Amino acid sequence: MISASGLPASAGVGFKPQHFADIIGGDQPIGFVEVHAENYMGAGGPPHAQLAALRERYALSVHGVGLSIGGAAALDAEHLSRLKTLCDRYQPARFSEHLAWSSHGDVFYNDLLPLPYTEQTLARIVEHIDRVQTTLRREMLLENPSTYLAFVESTIPETEFLAEIAYRSGCGLLLDVNNVFVSAKNHGTDPSSYLAAFPIARVKEIHLGGHEEQADDEGAPLLIDAHGSPVADPVWALYESVIARTGPLATLIEWDNDVPAWPQLASEARAANAILDRAANARAA
Amino acid sequence: MTAASPAFQDNFANALLDADRAVPEAVTSHTARTPRKRFAVYRNNVIVGLVQALREQFPAIEKIVGEEFFAAMARVYVVNEPPRSPILIDYGNGFPGFIARFEPAAELPYLADVARLEIARTRAYHAADATSLNPAHWNGLDPAALADTRATLHPSLQILRSRYPVVTIWEMNAGGIEPASIEDCEAENALIVRPHFDVEVRRLPAGGAAFLHALAMGASLGEAATSAAAETPAFDLAANLAGLIGAGLATALHCTTAHKDIAP
Amino acid sequence: MTKNSIAAATLAGSLAAAFAMISIASVAPAQAQDASKEKCYGVSLAGKNDCAAGPGTTCAGTSKVDYQGNAWKYVAKGTCASMKTPKGTGSLTAIKS
Repeated sequence: MISASGLPASAGVGFKPQHFADIIGGDQPIGFVEVHAENYMGAGGPPHAQLAALRERYALSVHGVGLSIGGAAALDAEHLSRLKTLCDRYQPARFSEHLAWSSHGDVFYNDLLPLPYTEQTLARIVEHIDRVQTTLRREMLLENPSTYLAFVESTIPETEFLAEIAYRSGCGLLLDVNNVFVSAKNHGTDPSSYLAAFPIARVKEIHLGGHEEQADDEGAPLLIDAHGSPVADPVWALYESVIARTGPLATLIEWDNDVPAWPQLASEARAANAILDRAANARAA
Repeated sequence: MTAASPAFQDNFANALLDADRAVPEAVTSHTARTPRKRFAVYRNNVIVGLVQALREQFPAIEKIVGEEFFAAMARVYVVNEPPRSPILIDYGNGFPGFIARFEPAAELPYLADVARLEIARTRAYHAADATSLNPAHWNGLDPAALADTRATLHPSLQILRSRYPVVTIWEMNAGGIEPASIEDCEAENALIVRPHFDVEVRRLPAGGAAFLHALAMGASLGEAATSAAAETPAFDLAANLAGLIGAGLATALHCTTAHKDIAP
Repeated sequence: MTKNSIAAATLAGSLAAAFAMISIASVAPAQAQDASKEKCYGVSLAGKNDCAAGPGTTCAGTSKVDYQGNAWKYVAKGTCASMKTPKGTGSLTAIKS
């Protein structure tokens, strides 16, 4: 039985159609799959047939990438209603979105763009999340972003910003540990201090993914959230420290570029499960 | 309640698609007050991500013009006609029209039609599902009532009329057959449909486009055959019926005179 | 009965002919897909919406593409060079203004 009230505290993967036969075929080391909502907004065809088959077998997480919650403009009512249709149809165990904007004016930029953290942007985001939760009639999770630059006008640390959003809107949080690492390195800060300040009690799902290393014009590290490689060792270490604090949580492996054959993705999922098992045993002892 | 857009967002958004604009004043970094390369990451994500979406949607166009030309052409399109909807499966609907107006591609007058065919394939892929009638269902019809029968066509069905051999050109660039000289440059009309899970592309027989178009508009089989024959004297009714039945293009039949409905 | 219209009897006769054609399977689609199809689900297209950064270097978004007449420097090197079609080979050389 799949509980509608949450995801199982095990590894999951971001679903890619080329893995469908593997995922549906045999026993796999995953308890759930996550899909990007916007890829299932057509009327029918193979995408929906696959999603329905997956939903029969696994818990489902729907992850939006186009709602632009961090934007100044009012939420796109039409898009919100498409999200509602999708959630009503598949009854996912979770719905999540990003602390970012992706639309402005009438243009959709197809990227998770950053915003300054101020009282004004905070109030706007809380309004937006309230609208999402009211429309979908469910709690949503908000994900911490990967960022490559900062804003002069920011006055609130990101951890405090997220804590305040969660407190005021009642939403849960999705903690992307790779994003924590990427952003910390990009801003010359310490990822462990970030995690120590993070409102960890609100976290209901974890994301892990690979990043790419570059350098900025001054030669400082510039990490890119590319999702095209295995999870990096320091990210695994941070993840283990998070799980030691929270206990086992649903943990997604994201791999979106240069997607590997299923066995490599499955082995990333097994690595996450091993850490989850250790945490569960430590708690039982 | 909706305040005007804050300046940070206007400037940031405008600079994403225009490489001539300065890095917005509002952004900074711990290493430099004006983080050029850091801002370039976002520019790159937007442009490359959208070009990539077009590559996936128009593989035959990319094959015809080559990767480099396609990437450059797609970037001009992205910058001038960025998406207006967060659903990228719809992005690219304006690409055929853009190609038709794009001067550097003027020597390939068929290119826009091949792009239209690729759009139709994506639409068919995502179209609503419906169960097609099979020949046995048609057998249940009284032949005498055929002329007064109306057919509901599959929701994925699309017709593309072209002045060029669009199906042959597409096939040569979608892995079906080897690219070669096309000696016989006859116009071809294409039928794009997904009766089950696979999108199919077919060459329509003479008059087929008019016949199916009339049926889609609600004409009876008799009326549709009449208008197709009027448009194309070479219209072969039997061949077109064979296509309609054999390719699973209809999902229901309604015969008013016999008061009979046939559905799967 | 409308004049010039195809008679019901003609249609009925054509139906029999159509069935004969179907039985000899003369209506195969132009097939350009891999033969090893995913059973029952067709060939899957990748989803296009994503939450990862774009691949590659950071310079692709910053260089400018110009297409004002002779400024266009890209030459098509795809199949159009070998595929003779209505307007010749379509070599797509740079447009001279």
